Amino acid sequence: MNTRKTEILVGLFIAAGLLALFMLAMKVSNLNVYNSDSGYEITANFDDISGLKIKSPVTMAGVRIGRVSDIQFDSETFEAVVKIRIESQYKTLPKDSSASIYTAGLLGEKYIGLEPGGDEENLQQNDKLKLTQSSLVLEKLISRFVDSFVDKSSDK
Amino acid sequence: MLDFIQQLGRSGFDFFQRLGRANILFAHILGGIPGMLVRIPLVIQQILSVGVLSLLIILVSGLFVGMVLGLQGYNTLVDFGAEESLGVMVALSLVRELGPVVSALLFAGRAGSALTAEIGLMKATEQLSAMEMMAIDPIRRVLTPRFLAGFISMPLLAAIFSAVGVLGGHFVGVGLLGVDEGAYWSQMQDSVDLYDDIYNGVIKSLVFGVVVTWIAVFEGYDAVPTSEGVSRATTRTVVHSSLAVLGLDFILTAIMF
Amino acid sequence: MTDSAEPLVEIRNLSFARGDRMIFDGIDMDIQQGKVTAIMGPSGTGKTTLLRLIGGQIKPLTGTIKVDGIEVTELSRSALFQLRKRMGMLFQNGALLTDMNVYDNIAFPIREHTQLSEKVIRTLVTMKLQVVGLRGARELMPSELSGGMARRVAMARAIALDPMMMMYDEPFTGQDPISMGVLVRLIRELNDALGLTSIVVSHDIEEASSIADTIYLLSGGKVVAHGSADNLRESGSEWAKQFMNGLPDGPVPFHYPANDYAEDLLAGAKK
Repeated sequence: MNTRKTEILVGLFIAAGLLALFMLAMKVSNLNVYNSDSGYEITANFDDISGLKIKSPVTMAGVRIGRVSDIQFDSETFEAVVKIRIESQYKTLPKDSSASIYTAGLLGEKYIGLEPGGDEENLQQNDKLKLTQSSLVLEKLISRFVDSFVDKSSDK
Repeated sequence: MLDFIQQLGRSGFDFFQRLGRANILFAHILGGIPGMLVRIPLVIQQILSVGVLSLLIILVSGLFVGMVLGLQGYNTLVDFGAEESLGVMVALSLVRELGPVVSALLFAGRAGSALTAEIGLMKATEQLSAMEMMAIDPIRRVLTPRFLAGFISMPLLAAIFSAVGVLGGHFVGVGLLGVDEGAYWSQMQDSVDLYDDIYNGVIKSLVFGVVVTWIAVFEGYDAVPTSEGVSRATTRTVVHSSLAVLGLDFILTAIMF
Repeated sequence: MTDSAEPLVEIRNLSFARGDRMIFDGIDMDIQQGKVTAIMGPSGTGKTTLLRLIGGQIKPLTGTIKVDGIEVTELSRSALFQLRKRMGMLFQNGALLTDMNVYDNIAFPIREHTQLSEKVIRTLVTMKLQVVGLRGARELMPSELSGGMARRVAMARAIALDPMMMMYDEPFTGQDPISMGVLVRLIRELNDALGLTSIVVSHDIEEASSIADTIYLLSGGKVVAHGSADNLRESGSEWAKQFMNGLPDGPVPFHYPANDYAEDLLAGAKK
């Protein structure tokens, strides 16, 4: 076969393959959403994070502004230390914002919701969120509910 | 009884001899790669017959596999009210498993068998011997460019397969069954990770590309130089490389995910 | 080199076995510079194997093979390749590369081994094609050639690098009288015009003896007789007489060794 035609066909093939790879990277995967190099990191300690995972979303007012980048355990305070990476365009979050762990839907994924405070200063790299609320564990919730019933009936 | 044990011993012996020859050949092929870098046109010629001509079957199968995934996934997920996760399901199955594995199996059937038959026939018609007598190393001149072409083509074909499959799933899920378009893409993007899933999928297909082309060129080069020998070698290529792909896929999956 | 007493190929005490079967058992042979030497013998005596041994494609069990003073059996791979550039070999069916046309086939060894420009290569290839009379078939693919034409193209390819010697493996088998005549003439003419040394392996007595200066007769792994064609015909050896005259029965019996014929028939009747 004619060399020029061969080369053109092979060129098209390689271009198609690279385009497919590019599409997988950009459109299918989280490359454009989650880029570990940009943004800044803050930490928050929680008593209980059960269900939260690395890469779980972090939202404010329902909009995703970052992701959980690391989870560790502090063996002195027995708390979970969660590192959160906030995307670089959200620079002006108040320093006294609070973090809570919520569940999407009844059985869905856990995520961290941030609530803005009133501080003039903004969050910086390696700042720590002081106000946190742990995730709701269904068993604990139920047992508290049952306990309160037992207490009431014993009062009588 | 003793006959049986002898038979077993002989097959074992044959097996290890073949394995040894395959490894020597592999080393020889790899030794030819530096020389190939200055003769890219030879590799391009082979990418045409190995990669481009496998493209049609890859495109069609990818599309249909994606469409079936969309249909089956929808029927299962809708029972749990989770049809929004269809995109995740389609994309993860394709990128992690079906893309590399199915395209490697198709590649073995389409390109691998053709490689074996071509090289086996060149051997049967003394073309390889003739090259040797012209002081041209047939392994470097004939096998190395074919091997490189397979190595380059395989990940590209797998990527095309996955991409077309995702579009096929989109067509069925979003176009026909009414899954929300935004949910299809955004849930997918939330769960598919560039490194864990796509990168590992590409690594898988690279490994499969090496193994399938290696088996194909070895079987051709090692074939008994008769028409029967070549046809047997071609069959062996398809069977062995399919088994190798499935076995390796299990090992790679266990390591990666 | 010009001393014709010095043989170009010198084979001493060569033995080769395939499995348990001895193919050669202590062969001595001298191939004279500038001459056409025919190696003849019945089918299955390993004539082709001998060419492969000279070309260094296989190694002998014992013995030495010297080509142009170089010991073939002890060469490294790269030295062997250097030597092979000076040898041309014509395979039984030509062994043309099926994915290239005639022109590219002949240009193939030149392109692989030299850095010549396409212009020079074109001139060279055209000259080689003219020698074998196939200048008009330049664009044909090997599948479009007849058997005789394919062999002539393969000849042109074998002389593309101007070798010092040519080896022909059964060049006459399966040819019609015309292309046979063409091949016979070409082998002789090429040998004389290019100053080659030729080794022709064949069992076509007539054709081979018409061009050969010396003939070696092989049988049972040994050299049975050697000399010029006339010498062999007149020689005392029963075997040589049978082979050269194509008699069906003689030292080489018509029947493959078997038990007594009558007994064999009776054995079947008894069952």
